[in-house]
Amino acid sequence: MKPGQESKGAAIDLESISKAYGGFKALDGVSLRIEPGEFMTLLGPSGSGKTTTLNVVAGFTDLTSGKLLVGGRNVVGVPAHKRNIGVVFQHYALFPHMSVGRNVAYPLTLRGVDQAERKARVARALDMVKMGDFAHRYPSELSGGQQQRVALARAIVFDPPLLLMDEPLGALDKKLREWLQLEIKRIHRELGTTFVYVTHDQEEALVLSDRIAVFNRGRIEQVGTGRELYDEPTTLFVGRFIGDSTVLRGEARSDGVSTALRIAGETVTAPRRIAGEASPVMLLRPEKLAIRRPGQDAAGTSNRLPGTIAEAIYLGSGSKYEVRLADGSMAIVRTPLTGDSFGLGDKVELCFDGADAKLLADDSSADATLT
Amino acid sequence: MEMKPLTRVILGLVCLLVAIWLVAPTLVVVPMSFNENKSLAFPPQGFSWQWYLNFVTNPDWMSSFLNSVKVASIVAVLATVLGTLAAFGLDRMKARPANLLRMLMLTPMVVPGVVLAIGIYAVYLDAHLVGTLTGFVLAHTILALPFVLIAVSASLEVFDRRLETAAASLGAGALTAFRTVTLPLILPGILSGLLFAFATSFDEIVVSLFITNPYLKTLPVQIFSSITRDADPTVAAVGTILLFATTILIGGGMLLLGRERKGSQ
Repeated sequence: MKPGQESKGAAIDLESISKAYGGFKALDGVSLRIEPGEFMTLLGPSGSGKTTTLNVVAGFTDLTSGKLLVGGRNVVGVPAHKRNIGVVFQHYALFPHMSVGRNVAYPLTLRGVDQAERKARVARALDMVKMGDFAHRYPSELSGGQQQRVALARAIVFDPPLLLMDEPLGALDKKLREWLQLEIKRIHRELGTTFVYVTHDQEEALVLSDRIAVFNRGRIEQVGTGRELYDEPTTLFVGRFIGDSTVLRGEARSDGVSTALRIAGETVTAPRRIAGEASPVMLLRPEKLAIRRPGQDAAGTSNRLPGTIAEAIYLGSGSKYEVRLADGSMAIVRTPLTGDSFGLGDKVELCFDGADAKLLADDSSADATLT
Repeated sequence: MEMKPLTRVILGLVCLLVAIWLVAPTLVVVPMSFNENKSLAFPPQGFSWQWYLNFVTNPDWMSSFLNSVKVASIVAVLATVLGTLAAFGLDRMKARPANLLRMLMLTPMVVPGVVLAIGIYAVYLDAHLVGTLTGFVLAHTILALPFVLIAVSASLEVFDRRLETAAASLGAGALTAFRTVTLPLILPGILSGLLFAFATSFDEIVVSLFITNPYLKTLPVQIFSSITRDADPTVAAVGTILLFATTILIGGGMLLLGRERKGSQ
């Protein structure tokens, strides 16, 4: 980055963007503001509209309606090759007939950068992705991870104010993926460019992003930091998509200050209520749940539900249990190593503090999307 | 699998026999072209260069050779341009109409040459195209087009169109992307199409016999009329020259392509 420059990133404004294919709405009124220099991840299951959004920003796909501003400039109708946006693809898309060096030099050649400067910038970009020694190799001589690093160098060498990445690590194995995630994070810090990253992997999204936009069925469900999405999901879909969760459903009763759910004869309460007509469910994170042997004293937890251990997984740092409740649903519990340990088939009681339960409107259709 | 020595010898012999059987009829022309007598008898007698001299000095032979080179060159360029454009169009069309159109464009390969020749002749009589350069070029282009279409289509089949999207994201307009990415990657297909188109035209005899006249003959027509009129060993000399020319051309092309491929791997 040149000194004296605050942020080289462009702000992006999506204003109620829609994209229809015939009768199918791939994007249905998506609005999102991405700050300059921000690392924004578009997260969602396949077909949720995250890649379509990326393609609209890149200029590969026309939008049906809405406004799109990049760096304050309306780019609707501007063809992809005039947008000056870097794109990294899942399939690398390196030119097989050019060496690594020529691949990276390609956008500079198109921009009429003279040879001396071109050479210097190619070398700098390749050094940044740690591929400096490979300039004379051809893409077919490189591994997948190396090819993707070259593709990244090619997408940043012309200093675009915005870099789009479409599941760039999707084709790589887990170990390489985790290492490259950290590399991408470092490069984002060094460049100061706005990054928009598409993935369906919520862990990846949590590792990388400043903020995450969760997509579902062509709409954005919620935008926030990883912590906000985990701790304060506003929809059941988000709560279930980010991290492990237990969803309690039952006959609901609300008295104005608290909500009670009746589940297979037992009642649990939370000191909250939700607005509107929708029937509420309770969403609980695994570390907010505890399990006890029946009858054991459970001070400090206001709610108890009987269940049976259906799965016990030793994680090293603790244990993870799946508990089958009386109504047949599953609860996921993570316990610290110090607590009791339980075996398959043990009768237990699931305990939690009502204040830890998130009350969310039941969107059973979210289940269908998750399967 | 390990082979017994005897099996190996027998296999080698069989291969040799098949090779001789395939190549011998072609190679026969080589000794015949040095015959001292004006006869196509085999084995030839004596040794002389006179038939080669005749080929170069006799205006009948030379003009027909130059005609063939001229026609085949124009046809090669024309068929390559048209065939490449057609292959592109079909590649980017919906599958069903594209397949129909492709079949239509490949018919000149399937239709018996004589039938095609009669049709072309009938039309040419009215259009006054018999014995004209335009007539030859048009007829041969029809015949050569399918070869280009097939060769270029095969290249496009394996071409990853997402590379064009990537080029666009890096700042390349459609034409630049085509020139810098698509064209270099499908060039082997286009070049082999060009070669096939040239060979198809240069070699064509059936249609050419119909649309030729004394003022415009191509080399195959000249060879045919010469051999039906008298036993002129110049035919063998021409055959020998063509044999070596095509061997060098095709062999060189294959070497070149091989090196290209090695370089890009």
